Amino acid sequence: MRLTLVRRERASRLAMFAAPVVALVLSALASLILFAALGKPAEQALYSLLLEPFLSWYNFSEVLLKAAPLMLIAQGLAVGFRANVFNIGAEGQLIIGAIAATALPVWYPAGTSVWMLPAMIAMGALGGMAWAGVAALLKTRFNANEILVTLMLTLIATQVLNYLLLGPWKDPHGFNFPQTVPFPAAAMLPVLLPGTRVNISLIGALIASVLAYVMMRHRFSGFQLLVSGLAPRAASYAGFSERRGIWVSLLVGGMAAGLAGACEVAGPLGQLQRSVTTGYGYAAIIVAYLGGLNPLGIVASALLMSVLYIGGDNAMVSADLPVAGVAVFQGLLLVFYLASLTFIRNRVVLIRRPGAAR
Amino acid sequence: MSQGPTPLLSLSGVSKRYGGVVANSGIDLAVTAGSIHAILGENGAGKSTLMKLIYGVETPDDGVIAWKGQPVRLSSPAAARRLGIGMVFQHFSLFETLTVVQNMALVVPGAQAALAARIRALGDEFGLSVDPAALVHSLSVGERQRVEIIRCLLLDPELLILDEPTSVLPPQSVVKLFETLRRLQVKGMAILFISHKLEEIKELCDTATILRLGRVTGRLDPRNHSAKELATLMIGREMPAVVRAAPLGLGEVRLELAGVGYANDDPFGVSLSDVSLAVHSGEIVGIAGISGNGQQELAALISGEIAQGAAPGAIRLLGQAVGDMGVAARRRLGFAFVPEERLGRGAVPEMSLADNVLLTAHGRGLVHRGFISRQAERAFTADCIARFDVRTPGPETEAGALSGGNLQKFIMGREVMLEPAMLLVSQPTWGVDIGAATDIRQRLVAMRNQGVAILVISEEIDELFQICDTLHVLYKGRLSAALPTASITVNEVGAHMIGAGQPAGAVP
Repeated sequence: MRLTLVRRERASRLAMFAAPVVALVLSALASLILFAALGKPAEQALYSLLLEPFLSWYNFSEVLLKAAPLMLIAQGLAVGFRANVFNIGAEGQLIIGAIAATALPVWYPAGTSVWMLPAMIAMGALGGMAWAGVAALLKTRFNANEILVTLMLTLIATQVLNYLLLGPWKDPHGFNFPQTVPFPAAAMLPVLLPGTRVNISLIGALIASVLAYVMMRHRFSGFQLLVSGLAPRAASYAGFSERRGIWVSLLVGGMAAGLAGACEVAGPLGQLQRSVTTGYGYAAIIVAYLGGLNPLGIVASALLMSVLYIGGDNAMVSADLPVAGVAVFQGLLLVFYLASLTFIRNRVVLIRRPGAAR
Repeated sequence: MSQGPTPLLSLSGVSKRYGGVVANSGIDLAVTAGSIHAILGENGAGKSTLMKLIYGVETPDDGVIAWKGQPVRLSSPAAARRLGIGMVFQHFSLFETLTVVQNMALVVPGAQAALAARIRALGDEFGLSVDPAALVHSLSVGERQRVEIIRCLLLDPELLILDEPTSVLPPQSVVKLFETLRRLQVKGMAILFISHKLEEIKELCDTATILRLGRVTGRLDPRNHSAKELATLMIGREMPAVVRAAPLGLGEVRLELAGVGYANDDPFGVSLSDVSLAVHSGEIVGIAGISGNGQQELAALISGEIAQGAAPGAIRLLGQAVGDMGVAARRRLGFAFVPEERLGRGAVPEMSLADNVLLTAHGRGLVHRGFISRQAERAFTADCIARFDVRTPGPETEAGALSGGNLQKFIMGREVMLEPAMLLVSQPTWGVDIGAATDIRQRLVAMRNQGVAILVISEEIDELFQICDTLHVLYKGRLSAALPTASITVNEVGAHMIGAGQPAGAVP
């Protein structure tokens, strides 16, 4: 007798929902062993990592706060990923979006116009699109690999951020800290849940999720992107423009990251500072794949990733877990999830020895 | 079955299921040494599955496979080879950048010099002449097939399986292949010959096992039966009548290539030079030739998938110069195309049939203001499935789950339903069973009679003779002059296919 995998005629719905759960359980078990081997209180670590984020209103509100940018960026990136356009530089697009949005409060530090915030959001989106557009231009013009270009543009964006914060945009009253002036009230996102830091960008991220769903499921343009991702030769056979697909993919991803950047500075930060680059742009890649590149799945995976962020902070304090321990848990989760994906497309079959059945 | 000597290979009650589909059901088969045994069946009848079971690629769900009377368990092709079973696949598995002897050395132990000597000896003995030092990419298809056969023979098999070996060969090479197989038979080797070409089987084989819908429907000596009887057993009804295209008055020119050239960047690809042809309304023009002589490149140039750029010559489609026009713009003019690759080009395997309809039929009311109309999409798909007899559970089935023939009917149907003014069809009946192939040919002729201009690229000469008004032969990137099908013979076309034709214009 032996086990073998047989391809299913259709992807299994049950497995689609079960795969992330199984992955979560397996990574919990694996990390229990790992943490125990490190001599850390394993149960305490898991408790902090997975449960504490839900046990107090403050913790949970922080989960929602972090979920918003992750969700937004991941939705944007997933559009491109499904078309096999790999924008790895959302972090850089986020930084440029944050910088573009910050320009207004820096130039009008006492501004009170109601148009200030909408204009900042728009500039953030445009900034992110422009940064991603560079990669699209180089890809369509010179066939430059977008993975490398977007990644390298992130390094440049970081240097632009450093230059501005240490030079022209440094707050003159900021005790020489590398940060801009604090934003005026008119430049801040309204708080959504009173008493917490959760702002209306969460609503924006959910709206983006709905839009992404509509685009990928009901719009012809989304269908064209899916085809170019699944079967590039079929896309070319049908006459779908590859160039257009690259532009749309990168601009949508760049816009989402730029918006997230604008929402960070106009939200929890309240000014532009170096901590705007905390790795959301990279984490969103994991979020996008963990969510199966599915708009609904991404809502769930953004929340999960956010739980791990908050829980990871807790675990470092309460269980003395090293920073790497948290990263290892995230890695385990991704690996187990990718492994369990196999069962969505395949099923396990027990093969009896032929002839022995008689 | 127990009388006479023990058969070399015997199967009893062998079954194999894939999901809900029964590919083989209760198959009994006995192959004796020194016999050329035909496995005859339509596409999807279970021939390939049966061969995979015998060659150890798949294991049966039920039943017993016996080798020289002993039950055996074939868990891998390596196990089958150890017993003495060799197989030549339809699609060759050779490394093009290596020489013949290097390819052999990958599977056969021994020094290359000794191997080369054995290759020559086998070549002399069985009429399989091939240069051991030649690079595989420089060989013709017929030579590559010989290399595959020699590679099997080097392992001293007692049973040789050949999967549709003649489908890739020009007529002259088929004759040579049959000589080789007869010499092997005389040596006492058993040969399993898979085919759906009835005349070949009558000519070559001494036993035939006929499969239909995964079951054995006949076991007979094909020499004693007419092709019609064999066909009836194979497809379960009378063979459809062969259509004969009546001459029709020609309309305006719908596709014209004037001295088109194309330099291929791919060192293993084919470059085209000075290709000229014209297709009129109400005419079917055929392009004969063995695959790999520039067919793919020519089709992609006409469809727009290869941009012509600054290459020489002009392509005019439906009255317009389309040199700088993309695929989508050409389709909007009224051009439709059925490519030879179905999965990954003509259809997206992971998508449903309904979504695959959207691929090229989106302009036919299936998209409103950028939104996909699922209702219209489903209706179009259901219509296509019904009209073109696509055997599938429904529009939601993934294209990858369809058999090759069914998928071809679906793609063909989709493109025909676009009501094109100019239709390009590449290999319309590759891997399609006789019934469906006849149906496809009949539809092409019907479209022609309604005034559609059709260009058919095919390896099957008989098919081209059946439906075409004019033929060209493509050989090494050069296209012959137009040959009217009414006044030439299959052998003349065959000569062009291997480059032995007279120069253009000098055809008698």
